[in-house]
Amino acid sequence: MQLLVLSLVLLALTALGYRLGRGRALAVIDCHPRHLHSLPSYHGYWVAMWCGLPALLVLAGWLMFEPSLLRALVMSALPAELAGLPDERLALVYNEVRNVARYGHSASSAAVADAARHYASLRQTIFAAAALAALSLAIAGLVYARSRIHRQLRTRNRVESAIRVFLIAASLVAIFTTIGIVLSLLFESLRFFQSVSVSEFLFGTSWSPQMAIRSDQVGSSGAFGAVPLFTGTLLIAGIALLVAVPLGLLSAVYMAEYAAPRFRAVVKPLLEILAGIPTVVYGFFAALTVAPFIRDAGTALGLTVASESALAAGLVMGIMIIPFVSSLADDVITAVPHSLREGSYGLGATKSETITLVVLPAALPGIVGGVLLAASRAIGETMIVVMAAGLAANLTANPLEAVTTVTTQIVTLLVGDQEFDSPKTLAAFALGLVLFTITLALNMVALSIVNRYREKYD
Amino acid sequence: MTDNSPTAAAAHRPSLDAAAHVRRRYAAERRFKAIGLGAIFLALGFLAILLWTIVSNGLSAFMQTYIRVDVRFDAESVAGEDYQGAIKSALYARFPAVESRGERRELAALLSSGADTALRRMLTADPSLVGTTKPVWLVASDDVDMAIKGHISRQPGASGNRLTDRQLGWLGELEAAGTVEKRFNTILLSSGDSREPELAGLWGAVVGSVFSLVITLIVSFPLGVATAVYLEEFAPKNRWTALIEVNINNLAAVPSVVFGLLGLAIFLNFLGMPRSAPLVGGLVLALICLPTIIIAGRAALKAVPPSIREAALGLGASRLQVVNDHVLPLAMPGIMTGTILGMAHALGETAPLLMIGMVAFIVDIPASPLDPSAVLPVQVYLWADSPERAFVERTSAAIMALLLFLGAMNLAAILLRKKFERRW
Amino acid sequence: MSHSPSLPAKVRARDINVHYGDKHALKHVDLDIHAHEVVALIGPSGCGKSTFLRCINRMNDQVDSARVTGLLTLDGDDIYDRAVDVVQLRARVGMVFQKPNPFPKSIFDNVAYGPRIHGMARDQAELDEIVMTSLERAGLLAEVRDRLDEPGTSLSGGQQQRLCIARAIAVSPELILMDEPCSALDPIATARVEELIDELRENFTIVIVTHSMQQAARVSQRTAFFHLGELVEVGDTEQIFTNPQHPLTQGYITGRFG
Repeated sequence: MQLLVLSLVLLALTALGYRLGRGRALAVIDCHPRHLHSLPSYHGYWVAMWCGLPALLVLAGWLMFEPSLLRALVMSALPAELAGLPDERLALVYNEVRNVARYGHSASSAAVADAARHYASLRQTIFAAAALAALSLAIAGLVYARSRIHRQLRTRNRVESAIRVFLIAASLVAIFTTIGIVLSLLFESLRFFQSVSVSEFLFGTSWSPQMAIRSDQVGSSGAFGAVPLFTGTLLIAGIALLVAVPLGLLSAVYMAEYAAPRFRAVVKPLLEILAGIPTVVYGFFAALTVAPFIRDAGTALGLTVASESALAAGLVMGIMIIPFVSSLADDVITAVPHSLREGSYGLGATKSETITLVVLPAALPGIVGGVLLAASRAIGETMIVVMAAGLAANLTANPLEAVTTVTTQIVTLLVGDQEFDSPKTLAAFALGLVLFTITLALNMVALSIVNRYREKYD
Repeated sequence: MTDNSPTAAAAHRPSLDAAAHVRRRYAAERRFKAIGLGAIFLALGFLAILLWTIVSNGLSAFMQTYIRVDVRFDAESVAGEDYQGAIKSALYARFPAVESRGERRELAALLSSGADTALRRMLTADPSLVGTTKPVWLVASDDVDMAIKGHISRQPGASGNRLTDRQLGWLGELEAAGTVEKRFNTILLSSGDSREPELAGLWGAVVGSVFSLVITLIVSFPLGVATAVYLEEFAPKNRWTALIEVNINNLAAVPSVVFGLLGLAIFLNFLGMPRSAPLVGGLVLALICLPTIIIAGRAALKAVPPSIREAALGLGASRLQVVNDHVLPLAMPGIMTGTILGMAHALGETAPLLMIGMVAFIVDIPASPLDPSAVLPVQVYLWADSPERAFVERTSAAIMALLLFLGAMNLAAILLRKKFERRW
Repeated sequence: MSHSPSLPAKVRARDINVHYGDKHALKHVDLDIHAHEVVALIGPSGCGKSTFLRCINRMNDQVDSARVTGLLTLDGDDIYDRAVDVVQLRARVGMVFQKPNPFPKSIFDNVAYGPRIHGMARDQAELDEIVMTSLERAGLLAEVRDRLDEPGTSLSGGQQQRLCIARAIAVSPELILMDEPCSALDPIATARVEELIDELRENFTIVIVTHSMQQAARVSQRTAFFHLGELVEVGDTEQIFTNPQHPLTQGYITGRFG
């Protein structure tokens, strides 16, 4: 609330800065803009920038460092009985202090209540300081910039450089996202590999991540051999590709080579709907309709089918990636030059002969690239397998049995109550690292194949 | 063919045999075409089955069974806020023969445990009701609802232990008296989540989704457009730019669950943002959307012909003025289309939100992006996981709502594209 | 002819070299352009005439790989000086392109855009006046007076090109560069634009790149012949066409190559 008011005040000041800067510029040149280096509005923006940016930086700094500063200050002032606690307990105490101070929870002890009061007053003081700093910087910036305005001041260039800096910064966000992903995965995975060896994780065949939380607890000791997860992922992704590649490819061939424009105009968007349906819907569909159907069908044929069979999840995932395969294949097929087709027709080949013997072989690299992209999508798909594939880490190639996948385990390990230091939670990040690496490699290979293919026919 | 003798050449001249061969080739042609068409219809058939499953399951969730009872608002239970008591007495009065405690508990279970909120609301609206007896339509329990809708059998002994034979008897009696009715299910559309299916609503998740998407839009649209503008209009063609491009293309294909891990590690654990909050959900979704918006934005900017840029530059416009006055307005429809599609994608995204704790069971409607909240797809996931039969139809209804929003967004994108499509 | 050599040159080019990456596109060009004259740059495709034209308003800055060396001045000021703001330079040096490229905005906004970004009008009335005068001078006003709100792209090709000329002169440049302004136009529209160029000479200095030697002969006072990045010969148009000094020029104008 306070923050909102402060932001509004700063915004108003910035707007005022624009007005003042523009007015000043007009006054300087006696109302004839041609005499200025830059348009009056640029002078306005320039002053507004001086007014708003430093204040914004202060606010950003406050948002970023307030929690850690508060924590340090409150912790240092804790009474000895609390300060002497071990780190994990201390973290809980601090959490309680914060909840008491901010959300009015009741305190469990007088010491906590005191700390909470201290927390609240410190928080107020820090905010007041930040607000004061932001406001005075804003006003100082406004006054300074306004006084600097003169005829030859190149405000346009300055404003534009500032905007350029913003553009560059924006384009770096994508880079930082990647770095953030890599670092967070690596960092947590390293912690995981301190308790579980890399080779056990990558080559172990037993997966049972339940760890005894207390030493006296009965239960599994925790096994982190991820091979059943990898095979399960490959099994389901393989089934998905087995469904999606033929269907997608044949649809694409029909659409690109045979379909009348009107048919295409209707059917193509309909197929695209398959790609637009959220994966959670497919998961529900798989669990509610497809899995029971497959189980009943299997039972009728005298087979034992697990109620969360790999087949159900794979089949539905395959349906989901049909449009993905078909639109990529469509692009690739239409990129095959017409001269090749005409050469084949000229020899008296039928359309299907031309397609299977000339067009598809020519398009093969592009199609392979597209299939690899689809594979990466299938491996990374989460909700369908979470809802329909189950948790049993079976090492099997039988599609009628239940298997589990890398993504399912990531979700299962991290959903629900978790303490952040147990190997169980950290295992999710190690799995994430594997997933990220594999999909990245697949994408890189696929994109380079597709790009090389495009260049060939461009 | 290695044999070039004249006789061999003669043997290859068209003959009756060759005509049969051609016929076979044409048959193969027709088969091939039919297989292609078959593949398309198979795919569309899956789509039809999927949609039909959802709609046929979900449609009934928009109606909810209500039971009418004559409730006496006696001063005592009003003062004690014991509306449950008032409802129970009304039921006991309706079936005076029921006396044992076990039977009475079964009788009370016909109505939802949340039926009393209706009474509270009535009294707040009209305090003069105290002391009167009024017929009131109250929400039936989920099992009764399922039985009335025919999702569980009403044959005595066949309802899978959900309803006892006695309960079925009472229900039949009530129905015969015309005091059971299906009404439009306002609870589903207006309340938050609940453990009781008949009290569970979507509104909390809708509000959560809206908050998340607004955050996503605020963050990803400016960043995405700025990146696209920089890469397309300003960036020198060097190794750095190439790196950023490769990076964006790869980011677009990173599994969304990995973004969830990023959100968990950076936003929650490192920056200490609140769990389950739309703020964090929106930020994670923004990162997921960003590549889509950038790629769409670049395509739209690329489609603006260079002659427009030259014309403006030749007049002495600065590069930023060129972009701001000419290129960006012309590219905006394309960018908006891409953004809407990205938002639609974000709206359906589930997995990364599970990572950042948006699976918590939250009853309250969030009042700000900092409050814990669910979003629509996560609500679908949560309900799909619930064992009660009544949640199946509600899950399907939630999916229908989700698909409705997605359909509207996609339609907007298509219309935008149609309206502003420009050929140079 | 019409120029008086005693006046200092409007544009003075000394030892101009342009490289596109490894390609040496313009080699040691020296050329003076005087006020109120029309100079035609002719030569076969890829000879560097457009490159030279684009040096004068620094449009080559847009090409990442382009590198320009040498001295190029406008009224004695170095065009490539670090302190020069290209934006202000281009306000002084207008440009008309090969293909008419009106903005997809109204006719009025097309012409008003330049004055707006350069802050040339104090109010709407002044802006209106600038737009009307420019359209008038470009000989377009009579045709578009009633449809100033229609998009510039709705005009015919020749009208579009005259709109682009109006747009260029609305900024009151001292120099107008024309890069094959008639190559996309039919003969009637071409004749109209050529007439216009002749009228504009009164107020502006014009450098025109053209593929058509007839056009060069019709509109220019002086002609410069480029070949393979070098300025082969420059002189009064009449002299170049009747009595070329260099065998290459002779070959080109008699149609032996090019």
